[in-house]
Amino acid sequence: MLRVENLNVFYGGIHALKGVSIDVQEGQIVSIIGSNGAGKSTLLNTISGIVKPKEGRIEYRGKELPRVPHRVVKAGISQVPEGRLVFANLTVKENLMMGAYLRRDKKGIERDLRSVFRLFPRLEERINQMAGTLSGGEQQMLAMGRGLMSSPDLILLDEPSLGLAPLLVKTIFEIIEDIKRMNKTILLVEQNAYKALSVADKAYVLEQGRITREGSARDLLRDKTIQEAYLGKVQ
Amino acid sequence: MDWFYIKGILILSGINLMAVLGLSLLTGFTGLFSFGHAGFMAIGAYVTAMGTVKLGLPFAAALLLGAAGAALASFFIGRITLNLKGDYFCIATLGFGEAIRLILDNVQYFGGARGWPNLPRSTNFTIVVILNIIGIIILANLINSRHGRNFKAIREEELASQTIGINVFRYKMTALMISAAYAGVAGGLLGHYLGFLQPKMFQFIKSTELTITVIFGGLGSISGSVIGALVLTSLPELLRTFAIWRLVVYGAAVVFIMISRPQGLMGGYEIPVGKIFKKLFSRFAYGKKQAVGGGKQ
Repeated sequence: MLRVENLNVFYGGIHALKGVSIDVQEGQIVSIIGSNGAGKSTLLNTISGIVKPKEGRIEYRGKELPRVPHRVVKAGISQVPEGRLVFANLTVKENLMMGAYLRRDKKGIERDLRSVFRLFPRLEERINQMAGTLSGGEQQMLAMGRGLMSSPDLILLDEPSLGLAPLLVKTIFEIIEDIKRMNKTILLVEQNAYKALSVADKAYVLEQGRITREGSARDLLRDKTIQEAYLGKVQ
Repeated sequence: MDWFYIKGILILSGINLMAVLGLSLLTGFTGLFSFGHAGFMAIGAYVTAMGTVKLGLPFAAALLLGAAGAALASFFIGRITLNLKGDYFCIATLGFGEAIRLILDNVQYFGGARGWPNLPRSTNFTIVVILNIIGIIILANLINSRHGRNFKAIREEELASQTIGINVFRYKMTALMISAAYAGVAGGLLGHYLGFLQPKMFQFIKSTELTITVIFGGLGSISGSVIGALVLTSLPELLRTFAIWRLVVYGAAVVFIMISRPQGLMGGYEIPVGKIFKKLFSRFAYGKKQAVGGGKQ
């Protein structure tokens, strides 16, 4: 569905992504794990068109993906940015409607709004509340709901568990699996390697801008070196 | 104080307001700070003067030409600088404004640094008031439309706006071009009010003054911009009794207001002009009905 080939990204003189290639199959959850500054967010931002690569190809459904954010959204890819970035001065409902910005089909928007509320009942309870007054977890839910409102086929999730209490992290990951069941494909970037690997079908390990490991999430979860480096298990 | 003097101040406030209205869209609603709008005013002023003096156009057509000239210049500047983030864009506009002034200093066709005297004094109180009302109506309609929401979204969370599919560059460009066109009209009005143009009028300090007015009135509020322009243009005149201390008192007043009301006079809120009109009208209509009823009895 999504194929990234030999992606090279520079920030000034810093070589942030060094020939990264990944492959995302339709209907899967694909996780990218790695430590701080490994280039995980850069990869997502490059796919969504916010960062321009120096070299490389991004293919979506067999066609070259446009390199401008609004065209990427139109193509059916939606990004839930790191740190949620909800519109603090808009209500929950207005935030969600902003997510449907490019759509004209009123009925479809209405239907998706209902399915977002089914996924996040908490948001419906706070429908008229200003987004800035929500808790961190609720803001994360709102950002994910907003991402779903553009009716994407592929969702890019950037650090959804960032700064959340363990119980909420659990909820968020359950919801990620629910979203998969809605026939959506998910590319997930996470520091919480254990959680990211437990929900994923396939995973990549990103280290200092390079993909160092890839394979089925189950295999990586059992892998000794991965356990030591990312899961904190000492053998 | 005679009416002529007051009218003069009001005309100058109105001219400033024109430029401030445009800047309000760019700074107040879209969140881009510019320190080069005097440059767009200068382009508008000189192009308008060229229209009336050299090409013999009627004033209205020349004003439109001035607005178009400023918008065109902003288009080219925008293409180069709008991809810059926050502070960097601000500095780029500063450089642009000064460059325009220095170029005009050396264009002998427009009189160079000595200035351009004997322009037709076509700007009058009525024209300024009418143009400002038109300017406010256009701006208010734009802000309250679907597009208006997008400008604000970009101001609040640029990255998030991109991820939901707003064409951020295009909206920033639109805001910049509209604000430049407003500044161009203001420049055209200024030259044809004073009857004289000189590049020195469009120094960096003029750009700063415009931006201060927007912030002073309250970012994201049209009525704030109106009040800001009226207060800040007339304040130095009201302070004439302080003689040499005038501008010190002016500066102190601005500092005091910013400390006590950092969100600006209106702080993002609007005076509900529409509602007030409706109320006045309904009261008027109600009174009339009663009067008619009374007549029948």
